[in-house]
Amino acid sequence: MIELWDGYVWPTIWIVIKIVLIVGPLLLAVAYLTYAERKVIAAMHLRKGPNVVGPFGLLQPMADGLKLFLKETILPSRANRVVFLIGPMVTFLLSLIAWAVIPFGEGLVLADINVGILYLFAISSLGVYGVIMAGWASNSKYAFLGALRSAAQMVSYEVSMGFVMITVLLCVGSLNVTEIVLAQQGPWGMFGWFWSPLFPMAVIFFISTLAETNRHPFDLPEAEAELVAGFNVEYSAMPFALFYLGEYANMILMAAMTSILFLGGWLPPFDIAPFTWIPGPIWFALKIATCLFVFLWVRATFPRYRYDQLMRLGWKVFLPVSLAAVVIVSGVLIAFDLAPGTS
Amino acid sequence: MIVQGLAFYLFAFIAVAAAVMVISARNPVHSVLFLILTFFNAAALFVLMGAEFLAMILIVVYVGAVAVMFLFVVMMLDINFAELRQGFLQYLPIGGLVGLVLLAELLIILGGWTFAPEAAMGGSAPAPAPETVSNTDALGQLIYTHYFYLFQASGLVLLIAMIGAIVLTHRRRPGVRRQNIGDQLRRHPDESVEVRKVETGRGI
Repeated sequence: MIELWDGYVWPTIWIVIKIVLIVGPLLLAVAYLTYAERKVIAAMHLRKGPNVVGPFGLLQPMADGLKLFLKETILPSRANRVVFLIGPMVTFLLSLIAWAVIPFGEGLVLADINVGILYLFAISSLGVYGVIMAGWASNSKYAFLGALRSAAQMVSYEVSMGFVMITVLLCVGSLNVTEIVLAQQGPWGMFGWFWSPLFPMAVIFFISTLAETNRHPFDLPEAEAELVAGFNVEYSAMPFALFYLGEYANMILMAAMTSILFLGGWLPPFDIAPFTWIPGPIWFALKIATCLFVFLWVRATFPRYRYDQLMRLGWKVFLPVSLAAVVIVSGVLIAFDLAPGTS
Repeated sequence: MIVQGLAFYLFAFIAVAAAVMVISARNPVHSVLFLILTFFNAAALFVLMGAEFLAMILIVVYVGAVAVMFLFVVMMLDINFAELRQGFLQYLPIGGLVGLVLLAELLIILGGWTFAPEAAMGGSAPAPAPETVSNTDALGQLIYTHYFYLFQASGLVLLIAMIGAIVLTHRRRPGVRRQNIGDQLRRHPDESVEVRKVETGRGI
C-alpha cells in the first residue's frame, strides 16, 4: 500500500499541484494580456482604453469573461455538433499543454524531457486543427474560407520556423529546452544570447510567430472586413471564449519560445550584482512581456498583408533565407571547430 | 510495471479502435480525424518504448503536415460515400489477400527478432548502447555515420519525386498580372511622378 502511495499516488498529486501552479498564473496572464492589448493600443491611438470597470479598468477582463460565460451557447442547426465543439477545446488544450516543457528557471520545469523543443514544435504544428475543425464544422462559407486561409498560413510559416530552430539547435547540440537556455550563458552576458550571433534568424522567427498565431499583420483568417470574423463567426459564449483564450495563450507561448531560443530564457542580462539579485522566473516574465509588447505594437502600427504577399513572404523569402542559414551556420560551426560536442 | 502495462493497453486499444473507425466512419472528414487519433496513440506507444524522438517526429510529420493535407483534400472534395461503398464486396478478396501477406511478413520479421535476435541483426551496423546515449543521438549516429550514403540516396529519391510532382502540375497561364516587388522598388519618383504648374482656369 505504502509502495503504491510513494510510487504512483503521491507523484500524481504533486504533478497536479504543479500543473495548477502553471495554468493558474497563465490564465491570469491571458486575461490581463487582453487588457494590456486594449490599453497599449489605446495609448498608441491617443485614446484612453477600458477605464470604467474597477480602478483604471483593471476588472475589465473579469467583466468580459463573466459576460461570455452568461451568454447562450448557440449550436448552428446544420453544424456538425461534435466536431464543432471539439474545435475550440483542441485550440485551448494545445495552448496549455505546451507549457509542460517550458523552464521558468533552472530546474523549474514540469517535464524536463530530452526532446523538449521538438515537443514544442509538434504542439505548435497541431494548432491548425482547432481552426480547420471549427471552420469545417460550422458549415458556413465565411468560416470555411477563414479556416482554409489560416491552415495554409500556419503550415507555410511552420517550415521556416523549423529551420530557424535547427540553426539554434546546431549551436546548442541538444534538444532539451533547459540546455538551450544554459548554452546561452557565458561571459558576454546578454550579447552571448543567440539573438546576437543569429540576429537575422531571430527576426525571421519573431515574424513567423506572428503568422503562426494569426496576429497582425497576418490576421487574414479573421480579416473582419472581408470574412466577418473568419473561422469563429458561428461561435458564441464559452466555445468562443475558448478560442479567444487559446489565441492569447498561444501568443504568450510563442513569446516564451522566442525568449528561450533567442533571449536567454531566465538568464539575467549580465552576470553581476544588481542583475543577479532578481530571480530567474522574473527575468523570464520580463522577456515574455517585452515580446508581447512588440506583438501589440505591431498590431497598432502595420496594415494587413494581402494573401499572395503573405505566401510570397513565407515561401519565397523566409524559406530560402532560413534554409541558407542552416547551411551557413553548420558550415561555420564545422570550419571553426565551434560545434558543440566535438571539443 | 502495472501502470506501464495499463497505459500500453489503453493506447493500443484506442489506436486499434480508431483505426477501425477510419475505415468504417460514414463521413470522410471523420475518417481523417480518427486517423489522426490513431497517429497520436502510435506516438504514445513510441514514448512508452522510450523512443521519444520517433514519437515527436511522427506527430510533426504525419499529424502536423500529412494529415492536414488529407483533411484539406477530403474537405474540398464532394465525395458521395455511399457510392464508394458499392464495390466493397467485390474488392474484399484482393484487399484481404494484401492484408494477409502484410500480416505474414510482419510475423516473420517479429518472429525472427524474438527467436534469433543475432540472425535478425544480419549485416546491419550495431546500434549504440541505449544506456550511454539518448535515442536522438543514437539515431543520428546510425543515419549520418553508418548509413550516410543510403540516407542521401533516399533524400535524392524524395527530391526527384518532388520535382516530378511540381513539373506535372505546374502550368503557366498567360495574362496573369503578378506583383513584381523588384519592379515596384526600382521605380523612382523622377520617372513616375511629374509635377506640373497648372494655371488657374486653364487645365492641362
